[in-house]
Amino acid sequence: MDLATLISEAARLLFDPDSGLWERVALSLLVSATAGAHGALSGLPLGYTLGTGRSRATRGMHGLVNTGMSLPPVVAGLFVFMLLSRSGPLGDLGLLYSRPAMVLAQFVIATPLVAGVTAAAVASVPLDLRLQARSLGANRLQEAWLTVREARRGVAAAIIAGFGAVISEVGAVMLVGGNIEGSTRVMTTAIVLETRQGRFGTAVALGLILVGIAMLVNGMLTVVQHSGVRYER
Amino acid sequence: MNASASTPLLRAEGLRVSYTDRFTLDIECLDVPEGGTLALLGPSGSGKSTLLRVLGLLEQPDSGRVLLAGKRVDTRSREGRLEMAAVFQNPYLFHGTVAENVALGLRLRGVPRSERPGRVEASLERVGLSDMGDASALRLSGGEAQRVALARALVLAPKVLLLDEPLTSLDAPLKRDMMVEFSRILHHGGTTAVYVTHDQEEAGVVADRAAVLRDGRIVAEGPVEDVIGLPRDDWLAGFVGMEPPLRGTVLSAEDGAIHVDCDGVEIVAVGALPAGTPVRLGIRPEDVALVKEGEDIPATSIRNLIHTEVLSVSPRGATYVVTVGHGSLRLAASVSRAAVRELSIAPEVAVVAAFKATAVRVTADDRAEVMV
Repeated sequence: MDLATLISEAARLLFDPDSGLWERVALSLLVSATAGAHGALSGLPLGYTLGTGRSRATRGMHGLVNTGMSLPPVVAGLFVFMLLSRSGPLGDLGLLYSRPAMVLAQFVIATPLVAGVTAAAVASVPLDLRLQARSLGANRLQEAWLTVREARRGVAAAIIAGFGAVISEVGAVMLVGGNIEGSTRVMTTAIVLETRQGRFGTAVALGLILVGIAMLVNGMLTVVQHSGVRYER
Repeated sequence: MNASASTPLLRAEGLRVSYTDRFTLDIECLDVPEGGTLALLGPSGSGKSTLLRVLGLLEQPDSGRVLLAGKRVDTRSREGRLEMAAVFQNPYLFHGTVAENVALGLRLRGVPRSERPGRVEASLERVGLSDMGDASALRLSGGEAQRVALARALVLAPKVLLLDEPLTSLDAPLKRDMMVEFSRILHHGGTTAVYVTHDQEEAGVVADRAAVLRDGRIVAEGPVEDVIGLPRDDWLAGFVGMEPPLRGTVLSAEDGAIHVDCDGVEIVAVGALPAGTPVRLGIRPEDVALVKEGEDIPATSIRNLIHTEVLSVSPRGATYVVTVGHGSLRLAASVSRAAVRELSIAPEVAVVAAFKATAVRVTADDRAEVMV
């Protein structure tokens, strides 16, 4: 199949409501948004603690998070697989090859990313600013809020980076989701399958959507990074 | 919390903070009297900012205690922290308008919303920014930003105001204006303040008392004019830009003046110490005038005319500091560039150093107190 025919076929599928593409897109977004949101909810406080703490325990934890940031997704998937497999510690829950398993695997990928980038952003806020907030009467929660607000561009980048990483990964969801049609087949796993089966039009259509989502996410990141003025004094 | 007349508003006792093997803050006792401004002076790395953070309950010392109006307080005591407010070298204004920034502390402290606008307005008026409440806090000049930071602290009506080198980042002309402004604001409101600076001129304008830190320890403490006008040792003299203190013995005392013998040179000072008392003398460079030897000296109330010679001439900003002396006597004079040219001042030139008796700071020399 030549390239022009391939793109024309992909375009046709994009606008064909019966192609089943958009169900996979919706499932991908649902799984990744859920994992990204949970990753943000745990990664932000963890990142704040790592970015502001000075104890040995904090430094040790920071090292673990940094390792987690560069963890290959398929390894995260393998870890969750072993956790949820029948003989694993959470095997009784029967979650393997389900959407919650995919969310859990992506959560494991997103959390260190959000925490690591948040820690860097928060650490760049001068200590004196936190002391200033404290001297104005801020309690610990208010101090954290003011600090995160000052580091908000870095924090937004952390959340977007977390989501961007999980929406585009394939290894972990393939391992723990099983790529089951109508249940756990998401965009990335579908691309792998369709390509293997020679249905290049569908694979290209899904690829285009994925690239579109990546561009949208990165566009948001760029807008956030250039929005407003950072405190200058 | 009511302080009795004899209790200082803020007191530090036996404070010790260690960061590394090389630096330890070690403060035996430091009092901040109510209604006054105490300057913490010292070179970079001397521990003055650390001391300020401990006094402001923003950092926990390894040992020792801080007393606010006689009551022990620490970093866990939010009640104590709410009696204080700090202004840092960097104003750290948050996103929002000037008024929102000034109101931030009130909001954090749970002051009722209805009270805030009036207090913010009054505080902005106090720092001369009453018409800038709606301006963006991030678009102010350096001086305006620092005044907003001061207003943000003053609006809280703190018992103790802590200022950590608030004018250091400003350029020289603005800094001069602002130190006068800060002094007026602090003294007018009767605010008790601790003011960290490495600039003795700034300390002299803003503070009533000064404590000088060196390597984490207080090496001098007292009224600011004594600390920077009569340094107790060579290091302090160098730090405040003076020659080491002169040492001598009172020869006689009459009519509120004393005659002191300093290595064979007689110096007249204002004071009332009995003959035979060993004393320490300090004369600020700006109080010493130089006249070329052999030229007519105008008839004035100057009572000290020391015939001596120039030892060195070194530039300092727009002026020169000329060191004169002979034997063990050393005096520094601040001389304009024009005067240096006119008098042909250079090493070994014979000159007369002239200064008034009132320019000589004198104290009994208790060598046991000397700390190096």
